[in-house]
Amino acid sequence: MATATEQWVLVEMVQALYEAPAYHLILEGILILWIIRLLFSKTYKLQERSDLTVKEKEELIEEWQPEPLVPPVPKDHPALNYNIVSGPPSHKIVVNGKECINFASFNFLGLLDNPRVKAAALASLKKYGVGTCGPRGFYGTFDVHLDLEDRLAKFMKAEEAIIYSYGFATIASAIPAYSKRGDIVFVDRAACFAIQKGLQASRSDIKLFKHNDVADLERLLKEQEIEDQKNPRKARVTRRFIVVEGLYMNTGTICPLPELVKLKYKYKARIFLEESLSFGVLGEHGRGVTEHYGINIDDIDFISANMENALASIGGFCCGRSFVIDHQRLSGQGYCFSASLPPLLAAAAIEALNIMEENPGIFAVLKEKCRQIHKALQGISGLKVVGESSSPAFHLQLEESTGSREQDVRLLQEIVDQCMNKNIALTQARYLEKEEKCLPPPSIRVVVTVEQTEEELERAASTIKEVAQAVLL
Amino acid sequence: MANPGGGTVCNGKLHNHKKQSNGSQRRNCTKNGIVKEAQQNGKPHFYDKLIVESFEEAPLHVMVFTYMGYGIGTLFGYLRDFLRNWGIEKCNAAVERKEQKDFVPLYQNFENFFTRNLYMRIRDNWNRPICSAPGPLFDVMERVSDDYNWTFRFTGRIIKDVINMGSYNFLGLADKYDESMKTIKDVLEVYGTGVASTRHEMGTLDKHKELEDLVAKFLNVEAAMVFGMGFATNSMNIPALVGKGCLILSDELNHTSLVLGARLSGATIRIFKHNNTQSLEKLLRDAVIYGQPRTRRAWKKILILVEGVYSMEGSIVHLPQIIALKKKYKAYLYIDEAHSIGAVGPTGRGVTEFFGLDPHEVDVLMGTFTKSFGASGGYIAGRKDLVDYLRVHSHSAVYATSMSPPIAEQIIRSLKLIMGLDGTTQGLQKVQQLAKNTRYFRQRLQEMGFIIYGNENASVVPLLLYMPGKVAAFARHMLQEKKIGVVVVGFPATPLAEARARFCVSAAHTREMLDTVLEALDEMGDLLQLKYSRHKKSARPELYDETSFELED
Repeated sequence: MATATEQWVLVEMVQALYEAPAYHLILEGILILWIIRLLFSKTYKLQERSDLTVKEKEELIEEWQPEPLVPPVPKDHPALNYNIVSGPPSHKIVVNGKECINFASFNFLGLLDNPRVKAAALASLKKYGVGTCGPRGFYGTFDVHLDLEDRLAKFMKAEEAIIYSYGFATIASAIPAYSKRGDIVFVDRAACFAIQKGLQASRSDIKLFKHNDVADLERLLKEQEIEDQKNPRKARVTRRFIVVEGLYMNTGTICPLPELVKLKYKYKARIFLEESLSFGVLGEHGRGVTEHYGINIDDIDFISANMENALASIGGFCCGRSFVIDHQRLSGQGYCFSASLPPLLAAAAIEALNIMEENPGIFAVLKEKCRQIHKALQGISGLKVVGESSSPAFHLQLEESTGSREQDVRLLQEIVDQCMNKNIALTQARYLEKEEKCLPPPSIRVVVTVEQTEEELERAASTIKEVAQAVLL
Repeated sequence: MANPGGGTVCNGKLHNHKKQSNGSQRRNCTKNGIVKEAQQNGKPHFYDKLIVESFEEAPLHVMVFTYMGYGIGTLFGYLRDFLRNWGIEKCNAAVERKEQKDFVPLYQNFENFFTRNLYMRIRDNWNRPICSAPGPLFDVMERVSDDYNWTFRFTGRIIKDVINMGSYNFLGLADKYDESMKTIKDVLEVYGTGVASTRHEMGTLDKHKELEDLVAKFLNVEAAMVFGMGFATNSMNIPALVGKGCLILSDELNHTSLVLGARLSGATIRIFKHNNTQSLEKLLRDAVIYGQPRTRRAWKKILILVEGVYSMEGSIVHLPQIIALKKKYKAYLYIDEAHSIGAVGPTGRGVTEFFGLDPHEVDVLMGTFTKSFGASGGYIAGRKDLVDYLRVHSHSAVYATSMSPPIAEQIIRSLKLIMGLDGTTQGLQKVQQLAKNTRYFRQRLQEMGFIIYGNENASVVPLLLYMPGKVAAFARHMLQEKKIGVVVVGFPATPLAEARARFCVSAAHTREMLDTVLEALDEMGDLLQLKYSRHKKSARPELYDETSFELED
């Protein structure tokens, strides 16, 4: 049957060929030839092969000149001539061979040369030696570390605490443990460098809001909410974080935490709080900015702080609920892949905590001293005080910039140098100018500690006033 | 051709030049002075040293069982997750606060699958707390779990005098206090523990200066700078050296800190195969010839990141070849000597000395004080202009608190000891003892038929266990029955199927201790069937034999 139909079609075709007019056949013939031509012709010009020959490659290799590994540094760069401190950087400090009163080190509670702290560290040295020779996972966990974590958690009234062996690495490791690519982080413009690096390592989307401006933050959160409504599937897996400092290193101001907590629940964004300056400073018992405002610590997802300022040891810690903190034990890079904190430093931190717990009055004393020097430093012509009056680290900035940062820095350095000559040790706040996201204006950072007496504070204030007058007028 | 290693692979073409045996290799160590002299005359003699490195492949059935182990573990994980979801099995994990239940989940569920279902079963083998100095013998606090490792409870008992095969105490300088540490006590009493300021502000102490000068002298370079944390030394200084428009060529097995530093720098990163100079050369060639992708502009500079000794493989970097490449292609070389400084080389000065090279051949010498020196922190050393630049631009120098004075003093003490500045040869003896212990330990393990990785001179000795079940059994048995503390590592620190135990040999280990450990290992090897080695000549050729790497050009 099938063969019959096929034959029939073939016969029909031949018949059609006979019947077709000549012009039709000629036209079809031409069309067929055209198709064949198209098939075999080159539709484009083949370019000359661009591969390099071996000789050319060798020449390229020969020719390439890299930039030097490091550009030369001018020999008179201030950073090359560090202040050299001989002996302990405590209340009385010997800088470049000159004895001064220290207004530069973050030794707020004066625990750096406290005999009890030293004795505790010494006892630890006798038992454990110095180094731990391993990360926490591989026999680098000492009983001292567990004690310290316990004590910190109890002190902060948090469920769990985790310690790092370097203050800077604490927040810089903690942020990328949670915030990943695609997540959104709202961060204050004045955030310190450690936060900036943590955010960079997390590769999340970063949204900067104006310093301490809750309205601006809310605007950004709202924008994000509208964005989320457009793509709810994505929004369901996009975590949102607000990263702020308790007491800002770069400005000396306190964050408006109660408003931030409200926003947290309204927009469902978690709060990470950096308290390196406020821990051991703010609040009735030195628990930091949460105690200062009377906020439940559970409302903050984690608090990170270093133990290098108020506790005058080395390292940092992070505390919060176990649900949050425990994750860092496998995901905090600075925790997992670094040697643990030398036990003698952990022992020193424990003893410092003991002292803080035993003398809760110390925080009020510190606050009073801050107020005093703040007041005394008001009204210097040419210099303005930047920072809260209860902040033990605040800034003196030029009232009017000369227009060039270099010139400003030079003027401020002149003030610092002359104060040093009059036995007041101060320092400028140093930044990596090219690396900072929002570079703060140049400033002298004044640090108040409980060891400074009223007279010393007076003297410092009057010295600064005097010198500033001489330099700036 | 003769295979001098006997069951090992000699990487590269090294044995084409001289047919050497292990014996003559050792002779080379002793006549190192001559090597140095030749090198000072401008003729680098890097073919004098035979690299004996072994990476034996596992038998097929072992790999099959290993993957089956993970498969079964995963299946059970799913089953138990299912039970937990339906409330049939109690979930012990910490949970989100009630108030925050409607937030976007902090963790993705699959992220924690591995932790919850595989790691949790065997996690008693990590983070074991100790309560003594991490010397050759240490005290481990006994802990038990009543809920299958979700929480631990201390029994109050202490397992005393456990042989420590886990701490990186290469030279035995981390130990409890003795009279030689008196200077540390003095420094602690004068300075206290903290510094409370940064290097740029008010935190440069005379102690730091003293330490930096000594480090430079020890390494035989122009200058050095020290930092408070080894991890941060990498992650906070690489960004100061390279940036956008620069290229980083990084070994695939580099430590996390190097990877993080490279990422933070903003430079383009390309990975070459572990210790494979041909792979590196291809990347270098392409980089110089073709420049940056898309824009085709030339790279500003190329930085090669390698480690001296790789902590998970026990391999030593092929430094002479890499230096030759770096010179040919005008790249810069950054070498992380965390596990090699103090532990490798006739006088402990790291891999440059091991190969008899001038330390200035390496552009950036980085290392840590955590391991051989029994302290903490890290350094970067090299030419003066490099160190000066870092003094100004290092993130760590500007923003991080400087090194604690007693820690600095411990490093000074250790350096003086190793350099013989204390007037004794104790330090040198420690370095030599370490080399002896390492070779003895590795050789005996090999004879017993274990598969161990790495270079015969590397003090980190990885012993391959493969199967996840054996990892747990091995570590538990070694501690509880044999009183030996070992470190076991698995995924993600190693490839999934290559879980291993890692021993760190120390100069403080006596021959008796090592023999005790070896005996225990022998027994364990029979019990758990760990002696996988077939003494075959080739081992993982696709990964480690350079000649098999195909050049596309």
